[in-house]
Amino acid sequence: MANKTVLFNKHLESNAKMVDFHGWDMPLNYGSQIEEHHAVRRDAGMFDVSHMTVVDVEGADARAFLRKLLANDIAKLTVPGKALYGGMLNHDGGVIDDLITYYLSETEYRVVVNSATREKDLAWMNLQSKGFDVSITERPELAMIAVQGPNAKAKAASVFSAEQNAAVAGMKPFFGKQAGSLFIATTGYTGEAGYEIIVPESEAEALWQALLDAGVQPCGLGARDTLRLEAGMNLYGQDMDESINPLAANMGWTIAWEPTDRDFIGREALEAIKANGSDKLVGLVMEEKGVLRHDMPVFFTDADGKEHQGVITSGTFSPTLGYSIAMARVPSAIGDSAEVEMRKKRVGVRVIAPSFVRNGKQAF
Amino acid sequence: MSNIPSELKYASSHEWIRKEDDGTYTVGITEHAQELLGDMVFVELPEVGDTVSAGEDCAVAESVKAASDIYAPISGEVIAVNESLEDSPELVNSDAYGDGWFFRIKPSDESELDSLLDAEGYQAVIDEE
Repeated sequence: MANKTVLFNKHLESNAKMVDFHGWDMPLNYGSQIEEHHAVRRDAGMFDVSHMTVVDVEGADARAFLRKLLANDIAKLTVPGKALYGGMLNHDGGVIDDLITYYLSETEYRVVVNSATREKDLAWMNLQSKGFDVSITERPELAMIAVQGPNAKAKAASVFSAEQNAAVAGMKPFFGKQAGSLFIATTGYTGEAGYEIIVPESEAEALWQALLDAGVQPCGLGARDTLRLEAGMNLYGQDMDESINPLAANMGWTIAWEPTDRDFIGREALEAIKANGSDKLVGLVMEEKGVLRHDMPVFFTDADGKEHQGVITSGTFSPTLGYSIAMARVPSAIGDSAEVEMRKKRVGVRVIAPSFVRNGKQAF
Repeated sequence: MSNIPSELKYASSHEWIRKEDDGTYTVGITEHAQELLGDMVFVELPEVGDTVSAGEDCAVAESVKAASDIYAPISGEVIAVNESLEDSPELVNSDAYGDGWFFRIKPSDESELDSLLDAEGYQAVIDEE
């Protein structure tokens, strides 16, 4: 039996097409994923992300533990509520998961991890916590709704209480705050403004309905994938996994090398990889007909005339741009053009940094 | 349940075919096929004047999910293609049996129609998937 989120019946009420997503029954779309995509770029859409896992890390050693566990340095977080994105690595420098950590106090942090990696994440965290005075508590009684788009904040404001609106007033990007029963964060996976709202399961249906009544379009996994790819955001299991180091996944910016005496898990392996050079993750753009897709091979010739090969990790049709975009892992010698083998022919593509659309507009 | 009009004939590869008053046949993909593929983003059509054989791949329907070959249900000459799909591929989703048609064939051997499925036969194909 697949897991169901607390919003399962709300999805059926909106005629969702449900699919299995790593053991969860989740909405793929509610009719048209392209219309849902446009709703987020132009107005406001919402996603049930209750399958994601909320983990509270608390205790006298919470800070020291997370500085060991994560490649990014949570010591950068000094203002309560501030969040940090980064990777949890294994000893070989491979990405066990990518996650967001919220700093609530010196002894209280909240970590949000992927659903597909929940079990191995918790096992790894528990294993590494030995010797630290820290408690690791999963919060399955919490649901999560992401509200995203240029009008998302205004529409959310119409359903928040006065107290909640006061709490989020002027909140900068990548912050989270507990306000009444909701934990409201200015994070997301679409490249638009908006909130990710952690809500007690008992209140989730009412919040979903209120947002629906406020004119927020429900959006499924299909739109979530095209939106995150346009925004140049990685999907765990597709763009990186335990066999891939963060430098090869466009996550180099999430590695805090300084201070040099912080011995985070994976550091030693990562330093060797960095010294030897790593593949990298780039963006591809193809303006002619057709769609770049996962696993298609990418070819390019370097300055010495030697041919190299890479692979598309995520590819899709970009509804905002009207043509296909992709992320590809390639040897670092790549220039500004390459060829992709698709349907028995090779097609020329542009190579760019992997960010395609931000705040509704072309980003390259 | 998908809509399967009883006046059409079907190929097990999910194309429908309809006889027109002038003796030509219009071809498209079924409601079930467009549901499986999801939002259509590109359609590649044959050229008018092309000669196609029954079972030959002669068009491509590319959706957000996958690129799918479209096969000619019968042999003949392509006498028209639906050019509006160039700019509005979503017509395949919104009106699979009407405005979302792909191309029209002048048949070279009408007996090939006999080997196609009726609505009931096509329903059985879907049920087995």
